Amino acid sequence: MVAIARKSGGANPLDSLRQKVAMPYLLLLPGMLWLIIFFLSPILTLVSTSTKVPGMGIGEFVQEYRWANYWDAITAMQTQFIRTFFYAIIATLLALAISYPLAYAIAFKSGRWKNVLLVLVVAPFFCSFILRTIAWRQILAQDGIVFKTLEFLHLISPDTRLTSSAFAVVTGLAYNFLPFMTLPLYASLERIDPRTMEASGDLYANGITTFRKVTLPLSMPGVVAGTLLTFIPAAGDFVNAQILGNPSTTMIGNVINAQYLQTTNYPLAATLSFILMIAILIIVLVYIRKSGTDELV
Amino acid sequence: MKKFNRWFGKNLIRIYAVMGFTYLFIPIVYTFVFSFNDYVRSNLVWRGFTFDNWTDPCAPLDICPALGNSIKIGLIATAGATLLGTLIAFALARYAFKGRGIVNTLIFLPMATPELVLGASLLTMFLDLGFNPGFWTIVIAHVMFCISFVVVTVKARIASLDPRLEQAAMDLYANEAETFRRVTLPLVAPGIAGGALLAFSLSFDDFIITNFNSGTTITFPLYVYTHAERGLPAQANVIGVSMFLLALFVVLAGQFVGRKRKVSA
Repeated sequence: MVAIARKSGGANPLDSLRQKVAMPYLLLLPGMLWLIIFFLSPILTLVSTSTKVPGMGIGEFVQEYRWANYWDAITAMQTQFIRTFFYAIIATLLALAISYPLAYAIAFKSGRWKNVLLVLVVAPFFCSFILRTIAWRQILAQDGIVFKTLEFLHLISPDTRLTSSAFAVVTGLAYNFLPFMTLPLYASLERIDPRTMEASGDLYANGITTFRKVTLPLSMPGVVAGTLLTFIPAAGDFVNAQILGNPSTTMIGNVINAQYLQTTNYPLAATLSFILMIAILIIVLVYIRKSGTDELV
Repeated sequence: MKKFNRWFGKNLIRIYAVMGFTYLFIPIVYTFVFSFNDYVRSNLVWRGFTFDNWTDPCAPLDICPALGNSIKIGLIATAGATLLGTLIAFALARYAFKGRGIVNTLIFLPMATPELVLGASLLTMFLDLGFNPGFWTIVIAHVMFCISFVVVTVKARIASLDPRLEQAAMDLYANEAETFRRVTLPLVAPGIAGGALLAFSLSFDDFIITNFNSGTTITFPLYVYTHAERGLPAQANVIGVSMFLLALFVVLAGQFVGRKRKVSA
C-alpha cells in the first residue's frame, strides 16, 4: 500500500490520501445526482400533489395539505387494493412453482446446454411484453386452440371463458415476470456445491430430505430475490388486467393509470400511487427481515 | 411399466423443465405463426399464408419510426445507465466511505417501487415544472430506472473477482491506473456487458414508464398497445419476432466467441 502511494501520489503522501477519501464520492456523484433529481424529487412532488384539493378552474388543484385524501382513497379503493395484492401474491407463488424446477434443471441437469437455456429464459423479453400478452389473449380466446381442444375433450363447457377472467390476469402476471423469478433462483442454485448434496445422500437422506434440508435452505437468497422481483412489478401492473381481464378484475394500477391519463384527477392518482409504494415497501421490508437477508442490493 | 416408472422418476425434473420452456415459448410461437397471416385490418383470425408482412415490415404507418425511437432511446439510455451505474458499483465494491447506507437505500428504492409509481411521479414533476414530455423525458426516465439494475449486476461481478490478480499486477510494478486498465477492467467487462444488456432489454421493452412520459413520441411498445384495440398489423409480429431472434443470435454468438477465446487462451 505504501509503495502504491509513493508511486502514484507524488511528493506529499497526504495528497494521495485525500484523493482516496474523495474518490468514492466522485464515483457516486453523477449517478446519485441523477437518482435524487429524477427519482427522489419526483416522489416528493408526488407526495405534495397527493394532499391537494380541486381548485376553482377545471383541472386546477390547490395545496391544502389535506391528509384526509389518504383515508378517502383507501376507503374508496379498498376492493382494488385487496384484489391487487391477492393477485400479485398468487401470481408470485405460481411463478415460483414454475421457475424452481426450471432453474434447478438448468443449474444441475443441463450440462453443456446451460448457457443456451439461460439465454432462452431471458429471450422472450425481446419479443415485446405487450405483444406476448395479446398473444395469450388470442390463444385463450373462445375460438383459440386451447379452448377448442378443451371443448373437444369435454373438459370445459362452451359458455365458460378463459380470457376476460381473474384466471387469465393471474396467469398473465405469472407469465410476464417469470424470468425475474428464474434468474435469481438459478444464480443461487448454481452457487451450491454439489458435494453438500452428495454428503446428504451419503448420510442416508433420501432425495426429498436432501432437498428439504440442504438444497432449499441454501437456495433461499434466490427465492427471496426472485419473489420480490416478481411481486413488485406484478403489484404495480395494469397491462395484464387491461388486456386479459374484465371490469371486475380491475387492479389498483388500472385505477391509477386512468386517474392520471383519462380523468386527470392528479391528487387522487398521486395519493393512490404513494399508498401503493408504501404498502409494497412495507411488505418487502417485513419479508426481507423475516427471511433473514440483510443485504438489500 | 416398471422401467418406464423409473425412467420417469429419473427424468421428472427434465420433463418439467421442457414443460416450463414450452409455456414460456407458446406466445412467441403464436406471434411467429401469425406474422405470416394474410391479415385484413386486424390480425386476429387466420386468413392464409403470405410472406408480404416480412418483405415489407414498414408498410403500416408509424411502425418503423416507433421501432427507430425504441432503438435510439434504448441505446442512449443504456450508455447513460451503464456509465453511471458502473461508477457507483466501483464505489460500493471498492471503497469504505460514510453514507453507504444512504447510497444503498437510494439504489434499492427504485427497484422496490412499481414502474407505475416511477412513471407517474416523474410525469407529475415534469408537469409541475412546465416541461413538455417527449423523446428526452423518456431517455431520462429510462436511465433512472436502469441504473440500479446495472449497479447490482456490475457490483456482483467486482465482488467475485480474485483480489490476488490485482495484487500480482502491483507486485509486477504496474501502477494503480495500469492495474485498473489492464487487469481490473477486462475482468469486470463481462459484468458491465451483462448490465448493459439488461439495461437495453428493460428500456426497449418498457411500456408503463414510457407511457407516462412520452408526450407525442411513440415507441414500439406504445405502438403495439395503442393499436391493440383497433387491430394490430401483422408487421408488429414480424418486428417482435425479429427482435427476439436478433437478441438470441447476439447473445449466443457472444457466448460462442467467449468460449473460443477461453479455449485459445
